[in-house]
Amino acid sequence: MTENIYWIPLLPLLGFLVNGLLLGKLPQRVVSLVACGTVGASFLLSLMSFLELKALPPELRIIEQTLFTWISSGDFQVNFGFLLDPLSSIMILVVTGVGFLIHLYSVGYMSHDSGYGRYFAYLNLFTFSMLVLVLADNFLFMFVGWEGVGLCSYLLIGFWFEKKSASDAGKKAFIVNRIGDFGFLIGMFIIFWQVGSLDFVTVAARAPEVFVAGGTLVTAACILLFVGAAGKSAQIPLYVWLPDAMEGPTPVSALIHAATMVTAGVYMIVRANALFIMSPDALLVVAIVGGVTALFAATIGLVQNDIKRVLAYSTISQLGYMFLACGVAAFSAGIFHLMTHAFFKALLFLGAGSVIHAMSDEQDMRYMGGLKKYLPITFGTFFIATLAISGIPLMSGFFSKDEILWQAFSSDYGHPIFWVMGFITAGLTAFYMFRLLFMTFYGKERMDEKTKSHIHESPKFMTVPLMVLAVLAVIGGWIGMPHIFGVTNYFEEWLEPVISSAKPAVEAHMLASAGGDSGMEIMLMFATIILVGLAIFAAFKIYSKNPKVADSLADKFKTPHNILLNKYYIDEFYGAVIVRPLIYFSLFLWKIMDVLFIDGLLNGLANLYEGISETMRSLQTGRIRSYATAFVIGVFILIAYAVIE
Amino acid sequence: MELSLLTFFPAIGALLLLLVPSKQHDTIKMVSLLVAFITFLISLWLYFAFDPIAHPMQFQFSVPWIPSMGISYHMGIDGISLLLIVMTALLMIPAILCSWKSITKSVKGFYISMLLLATGMLGVFCSLDLFLFYVFWEVMLIPMYFIIGLWGGQRRLYAAIKFVLFTMFGSLLMLVAIIYMAFEFKSQTGVYSFDMIALTGMPIDTQVQMWLFGAFALAFAIKVPLFPFHTWLPDAHVEAPTAGSVILAGVLLKLGTYGFIRICMPMFPEATVAFTPYISVLAIIAIIYGALVAMVQKDIKSLVAFSSVSHMGFVMLGLFALNTQALEGSVIQMINHGISTGALFLLVGMIYERRHTRLISEFGGLAKVMPVFSTIFLIVTLSSIGLPLTNGFVGEFLILLGLFKVNTTYAILAATGVILSACYMLWMYQRVIFGKLTNPKNEKLLDLSLREKVILIPLVVLIFWIGIYPKPLFDRLSPSIRLVQEQMQSRASAAKTSKFELVESVKESDYNYDATIEDRLEKVK
Repeated sequence: MTENIYWIPLLPLLGFLVNGLLLGKLPQRVVSLVACGTVGASFLLSLMSFLELKALPPELRIIEQTLFTWISSGDFQVNFGFLLDPLSSIMILVVTGVGFLIHLYSVGYMSHDSGYGRYFAYLNLFTFSMLVLVLADNFLFMFVGWEGVGLCSYLLIGFWFEKKSASDAGKKAFIVNRIGDFGFLIGMFIIFWQVGSLDFVTVAARAPEVFVAGGTLVTAACILLFVGAAGKSAQIPLYVWLPDAMEGPTPVSALIHAATMVTAGVYMIVRANALFIMSPDALLVVAIVGGVTALFAATIGLVQNDIKRVLAYSTISQLGYMFLACGVAAFSAGIFHLMTHAFFKALLFLGAGSVIHAMSDEQDMRYMGGLKKYLPITFGTFFIATLAISGIPLMSGFFSKDEILWQAFSSDYGHPIFWVMGFITAGLTAFYMFRLLFMTFYGKERMDEKTKSHIHESPKFMTVPLMVLAVLAVIGGWIGMPHIFGVTNYFEEWLEPVISSAKPAVEAHMLASAGGDSGMEIMLMFATIILVGLAIFAAFKIYSKNPKVADSLADKFKTPHNILLNKYYIDEFYGAVIVRPLIYFSLFLWKIMDVLFIDGLLNGLANLYEGISETMRSLQTGRIRSYATAFVIGVFILIAYAVIE
Repeated sequence: MELSLLTFFPAIGALLLLLVPSKQHDTIKMVSLLVAFITFLISLWLYFAFDPIAHPMQFQFSVPWIPSMGISYHMGIDGISLLLIVMTALLMIPAILCSWKSITKSVKGFYISMLLLATGMLGVFCSLDLFLFYVFWEVMLIPMYFIIGLWGGQRRLYAAIKFVLFTMFGSLLMLVAIIYMAFEFKSQTGVYSFDMIALTGMPIDTQVQMWLFGAFALAFAIKVPLFPFHTWLPDAHVEAPTAGSVILAGVLLKLGTYGFIRICMPMFPEATVAFTPYISVLAIIAIIYGALVAMVQKDIKSLVAFSSVSHMGFVMLGLFALNTQALEGSVIQMINHGISTGALFLLVGMIYERRHTRLISEFGGLAKVMPVFSTIFLIVTLSSIGLPLTNGFVGEFLILLGLFKVNTTYAILAATGVILSACYMLWMYQRVIFGKLTNPKNEKLLDLSLREKVILIPLVVLIFWIGIYPKPLFDRLSPSIRLVQEQMQSRASAAKTSKFELVESVKESDYNYDATIEDRLEKVK
């Protein structure tokens, strides 16, 4: 299989072409078969590639394949080339695995939608782009996938294009991402003109020779790449598009805006870890932005009432964790959390989709409640996912989050403040997730009778993927248990060859910490567990025991509650400071500069010319008498002149 | 001889049309379509017959025309003009097809004008004699004046006169400069010559170069159009019939940038370098200004027109970065802009024919009634935004990449255009295509007809083809670009040892074009 990696992305592309070109001509059954079949086959190929890669000795686990040269100009050359290594092998498994489950789920979820074929065509195109993104062997080809997923995100957010809010959200996502792409592009320029190549392997190998460690150039390149990552992965200040992206169909939110696309930024930074490791300043920026975003988004999540919005802010917050990990040079911990998050967050979104489906498209949790008995499978799986994201011991999220927290504290690039950020976020996460759980599945049934009579558990196409993901959300973390448990961290070991640059220093440190600081590590771990427990208890007290408490608390802290509810007024701020002034400025340029000034000047010139001609013309009256008068006056003046002389 | 056939074939077609009775509209249309198609086939044959590795100027043909003045009928093409010729010939087909139903008055005159226009444009790209170049340059103006002035919209006369006055103003100075050069050649060699190849090798005093460059550059900058000479463009576009807009945006604007790379750069290298900062700044202003003004347009056509100002700013900026990537990117971007903007004007024309309005606010929700139209419109929009795997990305990326090496600040400023283009294009797309279908007049709109699909699909194919596999274009282009660089380089190094002091100041400026070209020369050896 490893000789033909390109089939992994090409199969979904084929699915897209079939479903796209024959749009409206194929029956639903065939559309689903093509869409799910191609992604499923792609998953099997990914699995085979993974196993083949695993059979190789670690130092040989790099397979590169080139299709053909894309752009070649002067000494610049870029190929359509694929790179299979431990890092991309994990990513393709996540993308095709979770992607396949979500395709299946969509068969049930979208079955009544009139845009069924279009939906699956987009979804396949997305899978193709995402696979290109993670399998590309150079920055520019990665950028192809990067923009491709952005396009699909745009199309799928605005899938129900007749809704203005949906097409607005799609456009916002695209444009905010473009701001990020601007950084990505310029980062690439620096890399190319320094290294002479955009090939990942070449860049990683040559970076230490061509860049000065800690120098301005490498820091600039890394920070610019990070701007791109912040756009795609919804970090401060470019996170604003993700909550709005919830306008798209829920399986899309699960696949694109939780499990895969939004994690592309994290993947990109890990891919470029050889550069980042050379710039402590850039790492610091990544860690700060990641940590602050994690905390900031979690606070907004506390008070949102739309079930998908809570999950959206939770995604932003969890992505912040991943960046925090990257920022303290714990790259494998970042990817580890990326993977477990893909499992439990996809599950949460799909569960939410199942709830929304049952509730006749109601998304406001204030009109839910008591759904537990109606939707047993959805509830069971959702509950597991909630435990996983909250970091309940032995669930997948526990291991990955704990790894990040510990690294944030102990890594060479770590700092206790980073740990505190992550620690508080962990508490907030548990609180808002259990708030969501209690408001949705427990307590009084607050929906109207009509909605209530329609509540039903979702069909098999939807529940089976939920169950599979639930299993993954539980066991997905077991391959990356911490050293203090006395086991090998298989995950870290697998990624070792890719994250080579920082090795000596960091590993020595980690070995030391594994022995020396294990007491500290256990203590911090318990502190987190206790905080999570308290948060869950508080959520239980406020939202399950006595719902009145929530309202009275909101009343008591009116101002902070309002600020949170309105998401710190960031959208309003951007609108007032960037969007509207830009439009007014553009209007000024058009109406004043173009029409009034430049054209006015030209027309004025023309008018002046016309005016002079007009005056001249009026002198030529054609009347002999006036000519004679002028002639006589002229003669007199001449004579007078001669006399005075 | 091949080039003469290519150039004059449309004119012969126009003569043929004269014989057809003016009432027989269908015959007139079919004849002109056939003529355009055969012209395209000839250009295609040239494309394949062109030898990428032979001497850049191919298919040369030269006979004396006015021997006493050293004027000859000299034609020949290199990779740059080859690509532009193929694009011109290609765009004639949709331009004629899209007029099928929209042009109803004096049909014969219209198609004759279109074919004469084609001869003028192809002639400019084929000329290797400055006098001949100038003749074709002016010949082109007349049919375009009629196309806008007779078959245009309500303010067509104002737009047509504005277009002609702007262009004439520039080209008169260019004529003076051309004549001066022939005299200068005589003073150096004893004979007159208007031959571009001969003149390219002629050393010219730097001070004089500045004046000559200025005269040519003004003519070309108006054509491009470079800020602040752009105000004729929105008027001309809005008033012109669809075919006129397609040719105007697709080909006429490229004449300006082509002039810079064919005449200004190799003939006045020192002046080129000296003028670079000014032109670059104007180009950056054009990029941002064009994009911002495009954003607030109410008429789709003037939005596309201002987007052209922005896109052509990219091309100018790339040309004056003077290194391989940026130059090649610029020429590719000329082709891309012709295809994408041409397609945009065609699309706008198609809904205009249905609704007789182009106001964005009149539309909304078209995705529901016109799915095929919406899909193609999306593809073209994305190509205009420069999404990877479409043609627009290849050009924009190379321009920015090359520029970044030469001047980081310019590159960063220009790259904001990438963000802005997404803003105005997607906003327009959203308001026209998405949303609820609220206007009852839009409810019964028909999706694209077969003729309209035939017009658009080749362009869509090209959008992806150039986006995914641009290699054949680069193969033909690279040697010619290298030659332009070498011509500039040899002149610059000759100047270094002689009396020109300007080169010193050039060397001192942060503009390290010397270095990049020297690097390149090393590579070539």
